[in-house]
Parts: sequence; structure tokens; C-alpha cells
Amino acid sequence: MSAVSVQAIVGAAPSPIEAPDVDYATISPLLIILGAAVLGVLVEAFVPRAYRFVTQIAVAVVGVVAAFVATVVVGAGLDTVDGEVTGRGGPTAMGSLSVDGPAVVTWAMLLFFGLLGVLLFAERRLDGGLSAFTSQASTPPGSADERHATRLRIEHSEVFPLAMFALGGMMFFASANDLLGMFVALEVLSLPLYLMCGLARRRRLLSQEAAMKYFLLGAFSSAFFLYGIAMVYGYAGSFGLAEISTAVSSQIGGQNLLLAGMALILVGLLFKVAAVPFHAWTPDVYQGAPTPVTAFMAAGTKAAAFVAMLRIFFVAFGGARWDWAPAVWAIAIITMLFGAIASIAQTDVKRMLAYSSIAHAGFLLVGMAGLTSGDGVTSVSAVLFYLVAYGAAAIGAFAVVTLVRDAGGETTHLGRWAGLGKESPVLAVAFTIFLLSFAGIPLTGGFISKWSVFAAAWDGGAWPLVVVGVVASALALFFYIRVVVLLFFAPPQGDGPTVAVPSPLTWSVVAITVAVTIVLGVLPGPLLDLVQQAGAFVR
Amino acid sequence: MSFPWLTVLMVVPLVGAVLVAALPRSRPELAKWTALGVSLVSLGISLAVLAQFDLDSGGFQLSEQHEWIEPLGVHYALGVDGIGLTLILMTTILVPIVIVAGWNDADGARWSVKTFFALMLALEGLVIGVFAATDVFLFYVLFEAALVPAYFLIGGYGGARRSYAALKFLMFSLAGGLLMLASVIGMWVISSSQGDPSFLLADMKDLSVGTVEGRWLFLGFFIAFAVKAPMVPLHTWLPDAASAATPGTSVLLVSVLDKLGTFGMIRFCLGLFPEASEWASPVVITLAVISILYGALLAIGQDHMMRLIAFTSVSHFGFIVLGIFALTSQSASGSTFYMFNHGLSTAALFLIAGFLIQRRGSARISDFGGVQKIAPIMAGLFLIAGLASLSLPGLSTFVGEFLVLAGTFTRSTTAAVFATLGIVLAALYILLMYQRTMTGPLREDNRGVTDMVPREIVAIAPAVVLLIGLGLFPQPILDLVNPAVSETLEHVQVGDPEPKTPSFPIAEGSSK
Repeated sequence: MSAVSVQAIVGAAPSPIEAPDVDYATISPLLIILGAAVLGVLVEAFVPRAYRFVTQIAVAVVGVVAAFVATVVVGAGLDTVDGEVTGRGGPTAMGSLSVDGPAVVTWAMLLFFGLLGVLLFAERRLDGGLSAFTSQASTPPGSADERHATRLRIEHSEVFPLAMFALGGMMFFASANDLLGMFVALEVLSLPLYLMCGLARRRRLLSQEAAMKYFLLGAFSSAFFLYGIAMVYGYAGSFGLAEISTAVSSQIGGQNLLLAGMALILVGLLFKVAAVPFHAWTPDVYQGAPTPVTAFMAAGTKAAAFVAMLRIFFVAFGGARWDWAPAVWAIAIITMLFGAIASIAQTDVKRMLAYSSIAHAGFLLVGMAGLTSGDGVTSVSAVLFYLVAYGAAAIGAFAVVTLVRDAGGETTHLGRWAGLGKESPVLAVAFTIFLLSFAGIPLTGGFISKWSVFAAAWDGGAWPLVVVGVVASALALFFYIRVVVLLFFAPPQGDGPTVAVPSPLTWSVVAITVAVTIVLGVLPGPLLDLVQQAGAFVR
Repeated sequence: MSFPWLTVLMVVPLVGAVLVAALPRSRPELAKWTALGVSLVSLGISLAVLAQFDLDSGGFQLSEQHEWIEPLGVHYALGVDGIGLTLILMTTILVPIVIVAGWNDADGARWSVKTFFALMLALEGLVIGVFAATDVFLFYVLFEAALVPAYFLIGGYGGARRSYAALKFLMFSLAGGLLMLASVIGMWVISSSQGDPSFLLADMKDLSVGTVEGRWLFLGFFIAFAVKAPMVPLHTWLPDAASAATPGTSVLLVSVLDKLGTFGMIRFCLGLFPEASEWASPVVITLAVISILYGALLAIGQDHMMRLIAFTSVSHFGFIVLGIFALTSQSASGSTFYMFNHGLSTAALFLIAGFLIQRRGSARISDFGGVQKIAPIMAGLFLIAGLASLSLPGLSTFVGEFLVLAGTFTRSTTAAVFATLGIVLAALYILLMYQRTMTGPLREDNRGVTDMVPREIVAIAPAVVLLIGLGLFPQPILDLVNPAVSETLEHVQVGDPEPKTPSFPIAEGSSK
């Protein structure tokens, strides 16, 4: 029986398998990061425990920096593509990746966030020589086993390879040129993050709850995304963004399939960027996850998911703009208003930053609703700029959160932050700068980014969104300013907050993010130029 | 390239602010003297700028222009016309006055003394930048940035309700600022749709803006300026801020920062949206008249001295706005001239009231009585400042208010008549305050009030001298202001209405 079938297969004149033609140099940043991740796993297996943590840091940092250099080289060598709109670079690796201008810029941005994240992960001076991650995730919180593990200085240095995998997934997600690749990338970036969320040393139960919530809801959204992909495949007969785009513009029939597919894909992506009404996981996860992970996640996931979303909707569904634009408008409005209003009621710093991240998703969606092509500020360039500015400020803000502590670890209740301006003026000023950037006050990166998404939206005819955006900014402002008042003017509660003295790692993160926030506000020219030079997506 | 006078003028106070902030906390006296020195240097530079300003050739002078954010068409561009220069002069004159008058205001505050003076200098530098900016984006950025030192000045060094007052001030201003941001973006979009985007005032004036768009964009700017100005019904932050802040801060708020609003109306509302300004002028004039009367009535009803002065300013800003939107060259010159003098008179009033309050430990008018008996110098200066506030002829404020009213008469008699009522009410609130605090028998609990010390006299004297001097010889400032005003109004393309002399029917042959 089996012999017969083997015979049949052999008999069917095997066509030679052609080796795929891959330009490895172009995708080298991705390969370096994934290589660093794999190397990290090997380090975990073979390097003695005493040296493991340091080795992991070295592998991660070297990997990220090398990948960054590779990205710059790749970016500098991109060919200009002339068409209706100017672009750079194009599909590579058999059309599964599109290494174009926006993709390269996003890579560089993600690697920058990744480096900052790794520096925060590596901080061990805050908690008496222990990292922010639990010794053994498998032990029940508060158990003797856990204490034993802590005493033995067992550490989850796996966070570094996990972060590298997540980073690789994000980079892949932002540059994938077909829907199937995007789905794989989505999972590669999400799964490590689910895991990392549950690894907090302090408040383990909250952390585990966050991980569980994130995983369940994330799995749901992945299912939506996958279902949407299936429908679009049914409509267009292909996963490739270029083929889908052709199918959409030639309207080959079965519009319902397309509409349903677009809607489901949109839901999956909106979940990742934390837009209302798919935001419910955000506050809990941001609060529960170890703060360094929150920082990395807040900046990285948002950036990768937004670029992927723009790519899908501008490249594949560009022809059906009038079908999806109203949905984006509506969601942008709800998200901005909800995020701003809900943040007013928060009493926890991390939750407050989570709601602010939701509001920012709304502003980014405003940018998405804007001008798709042209010489000025386009949607893509505005969103890219926004993501850099927001990501830097978000990582910086969470880095500050890791430093404000009491005996039980980080003290995130806002009331306990009263009088921080007296306890540590430098830190309070840094946090104020981040808040002002979130609020979009001039001379911070947040202002120019808000400015550019609004300008792009207005240019694209979406001026009502700009008006709502301005109102939402005013609302959100109230909250940010209240925090500033709290920091500088409110009398401290009890002894007031204590500020732990961190190693140079965290300090450098705070310093770099402050510098980026201010430079982007005062001299945004070079980055604006860069994101405009990046041009449009190339399929 | 010529010497960048305006940049230096703007940067000197800012550098001074950093310098003062960097001084050791243990040497407050050094911080005070340094701050005073820096402010005097700024005054000197502004006088040098004045000396170079050519009265005969209008337009923007001493211009500087550099690319700043090239992709957005943003320039670092400065330049002054007569209006801007007048207000810069007012600022540089007032800051040393405020520093000397508020020498001891920050002693014993929760925040350090040096920060107080550093914030003042920072505010001065930013405000000068706003008055000199000829790029809309730069203007917006500096306009918003000036809020930050003002916020900390109120919130860090005021009375009991300072935190609330500071927050209210900031929220009002920022909300207005965001509306302006929407308009700035709108202007940029129009600019980029008509070629390379540019934020230069000169380029933006030449844009062809549609009627409807122009009106909406005008509103964004106007509301932001009306909050700053402050006009009824957006004025409520001012009394709270003025009563909570130190007297010096109140001066900087009302005399300097609020002028950004009325200055913005002339330069941006009239300059960028001539059609919309004319379209909106009936409503704005009505609101201005309401501000005049409402502010005056509320001032009469106040028992808190600082709140009273704040409400008088609401009333006075009504005059300024009225003069601007009456769209005649007389009234607009009057408004600009009045801006300058209102700055001086209100400063004197706030500061002297501050001295009184500091000595008595209460700001309630009902807690005073007969102070003139023991503090004649203070009473005298208070009276002069008060008379300036009610625009007594012979004092410089009169000239401004008169020009405003004279110009308004030719545009709208009704508005002018109602506005004139404001002058009557002004006499009431000022003289009532003077009478209740200074005259009558000396109250027992007022015995502790001492007369002004030389430092305080030195602080107030320049303001009083200028008020009297410019009242008698207003021409120098008017010469400075007039060309800029008429240029602006030419841009609006509203000619001055022919003055109508009442014509009486003359009977045939009666002249024989």
C-alpha cells in the first residue's frame, strides 16, 4: 500500500526545487536580530549562571547595534523608485518582504526602542542587585520556592532573547509584504511579549493576570486577523499585498468578502495599537507587566502595528479607501476622546500612561486618515515622526516610573508622587518634559508630531478630525498638567516618594529620551526630512 | 549681515534667567542684583534698538531671518514695527520696576528666591520674542512657551489659592492656544496648497484664503487672543490669578502677558484675516463694550484690592479691543498707545496696592482707613496711579482712551456712547477705593502701616514720570505707532469713515 503511493510520488516527474533568490544583505538587520535571539537561547543553555546575565546583555546590545548599523547601510543603499509617488527600495526575498523607505525607518526606530528597552531590562541596582524580573516564573508568588530561587540568585535572563524575538517580529511585521507573512510576524512579536508580561518580580499576581489577559485577548485578535486574511484571500486569490491591491482596484466582484476581510483585519490591528473599542487590555497589561517590558511594549508594538496597518491599508486596500476611511475616522474620534477623558480619572501612573497611549493611538489614526501622497507632510511621514517622538517619551516616562519606589517596589499610585519635585528635581523635570511632550506643548517632540499628523489630516480633507483632535488635546492637557501640579506644588504624603539611585543604565535611558524629546521639538528638521525622504510604501 | 539686535534683546534675559538660576541658593541677594542688572541691560539694549529704528520708513525693521524647520517652511524670523517696538519697550521698562518693587516678595516662599527672579527674566525674554516674531510658527511656539514661566510664577510664589489660580490660568490659556494651533495648521495647509509652505508673516499675508475658511481660521486666532486679553466671557482666570499671585507677578501677567492678546489681534487677526476681521467687528465691538461695562461694574463691587484692579483691567482691555476692531487709524493708534500706558498705570496700581497689603496683612479694602495720615507718599502715588487708571486728562492714559473713543465714534456712535460710560464708572471704582483706604480717620489697626521706603519709591517713580510725561507729550510714542497702525489698516482695506459734522439747516438769508 505505502509502496504504491511512494511509487506514485516518485513517478510524477519531480520538478526541481529552485532555490529561492534572497538578497541577504538587504534583510541583514532582521537576520542579525533573529540571530541574536537564537544565540541568546544558546547562551541560556550553555553559559554558567554567574556569567549568563551579563553575556545576555552583551549579546543583545551587540545584536541591536549591529542591526542598527546594517539598517543604516541598507537604508543608504535603497534605490529610488519613481512612479506616481516617489518611493525607495522595494520587495525582496521573493516578494515576501518590502524593504522600502518606511520599512527601513521603522527598523531603525524599533532598534532604537529595543536598545533602550534592553538597557532598562539590564538594570539591577534598583532592587538590591536583582532585576525587575522574577527569579522563577514557575514558582507560586510568595512561596518558599520563590524565596529559595531568589536566594540562589536565579534569574530569568531569558527576557533578553525573548525581547530579541519580539523585536525581530516587530521588524518583520513592519516590512512584511504579504498577509501570511504579517500573521507570522504578528505571532512572533506577540508570543514573547505575553510571556514577558508575566515575569514581574513584584506584584506577581497582577503581572500574571496581565499576561493571561493579554494572551487571551491577543489570541482573539489574532484569530480575527487570520479570519480576515482568509476572507481577503478568498476575494483576491492571493496573500500578496500587490496582488490584493490589483484585485481591489479592478473590483473583481464579491465586495462583501473584501469588506468583511478588511473589517476583520482592521479589528486585529486596532487591538494591537490599543484603539477604542479594542483597548480594554491596555491599562491592565501596562499596569501589571514589569515596567521595563511595558516601556518596550508601549513604544515597539505601537510602532510596528501602526506601520503594518498603514502598509496593509494604503498598499493593499488603497483602492477601497472610501470603504475603510469612515471606520478609521469614527474610531479615531472615539479613541481620542475616550483616551483623554478616561485618563482624567486615573490614580495610577502606569494606568494613566496606558490611557494616554490609547489617546495617542487616536491621534495616530488621525494621521492615517490624512493625505496619502504628495510632497508635504503625508500620512506615512507624519505617523513615522509621531511614533519616534511618542516612543521616546513613553520609554522615558516608564523609565522614570521604575525609579520612584518605596519598600514594596515601585510606587505607582499618583498620590505617592506628590512632592517629587522636591525629592528629586531632575527626575521630576524629566517626567514633566515627557508629560509636556504627550500633551503636545511646543518645543517638545510631541508638539511637532501632533502638528504633523494634524497637518497631514487637514491636507487630506479630514479637518473635522483635526478639530476633535484639538478638543481631545485640551481635555488630555488638563490631566497632564494636574500631574505636573502634583509633582511640584502638592505637599508630599508622609515621607514622600523615595527615588532609588539607579545604575548608569537607567540614567542613560532617561537622559537619551529627554534629549530626543527636546531635540525633536526644537530641531525636528532632520528627522522630518528623513521621514519625508523615506517616501511611500513600495509593493 | 547686520548685528542681530532683536535676537540679542531676546536672548539676554533668557541667558540671564539661566545664570540667575545657576547661582547658589544660599545667596539670594546676589540673585536679586544679578537679575536687576540683566533687566537693566535689556532695557539698555531695547533703547539702542529704539535709536536704530527709522521712524520714516515703515514696515518691519531690524529684521533677521533664518531657516529653522525647512520641511515645514518654518523660519526663525524676527522684526519690529512701531507697535511691536512700543510693547517691547514697555516690557523692558516694567521688568526692572517689578524686580525692584518685588525685591522681597519671594523671601520665605516655598521656592527659592533665585528661581523667582530667573522665571521673571525668562518670561521677559520669551515675551520680547513674541513681540518680535514675524513667523507665525515661531510666534505660536513662543506664545505658548511664555505660559510656562508665568505658570510657575503664580503657582510657586502666590497666596493661599495659588495652585488653583495657576492651573486655571494655564488651562484657559492652553485651551485657547490649541484653538490657535488648529488655525495655524489650517494656514499651513493653505500655504502648502499654494506652493512651498512658508510660515513667514509676509508670505502668509499674501495667501488667498477663502471667505469661509478665513472666518473659521480667524476665530481660532481670535479666541486664543481673547482669552489672553482677557475679554468677557473668557476673563474669569484673571481675577483669580491676580489675587493669588505676588504683586510683581500680577504686573507681568496683566501689563505684559495679556498684551500678547491684544497685540496678536492687531498683527495676526487684522494682518492675516482682513476680511474676517471686518466681518467679525460688530460682534467683537459688542463684546468689547460689554467687557468695559461689566469689568467696571464688577470692579466697583470688589472688596479685594487685587481683584478690583484685575477687573479694572478687564474693563481697560475692553477699550483696547474696541479701538482695534473699530478699524479706524485713530482708534487703533489709541489702542496701541493705551496698551503702553495701561501697562504703566496698572503696574503702579498693582505694586502700590501690594505694598499696602504687605504692610497691613490684608487685601480687603474694608480693613483699611485713613492711611493717608501716616503714609502720605504712598497715598499720593496711589492717587496718581489711580487717576491714570481712570484716564484723567493730563495723564498719558487719557490720550489713548480719548483716541479710542474718538475713532470709535466715527464707526459706531452707540458703542462709543456705551464705552464712555466706562470712564464714568472708572472714576467711581478708583475714587471709592482711594477714599475707603486712604481718607477718613485713621483706623486703629492701620497704625502699623508705614510709608514707602526709598526702594519702593525708586521702583514706582519711573512709571509715574512716564505717565505724566507722556500725558503732556504723547507725540514720540504716537509717531512710533502711527505708521505701523496705518499700514495694518491699509491691509484691512477699511478707510476711515468721513467724520460727520452735524449740519444744521441754515435758513435762507439768515446769515445777513
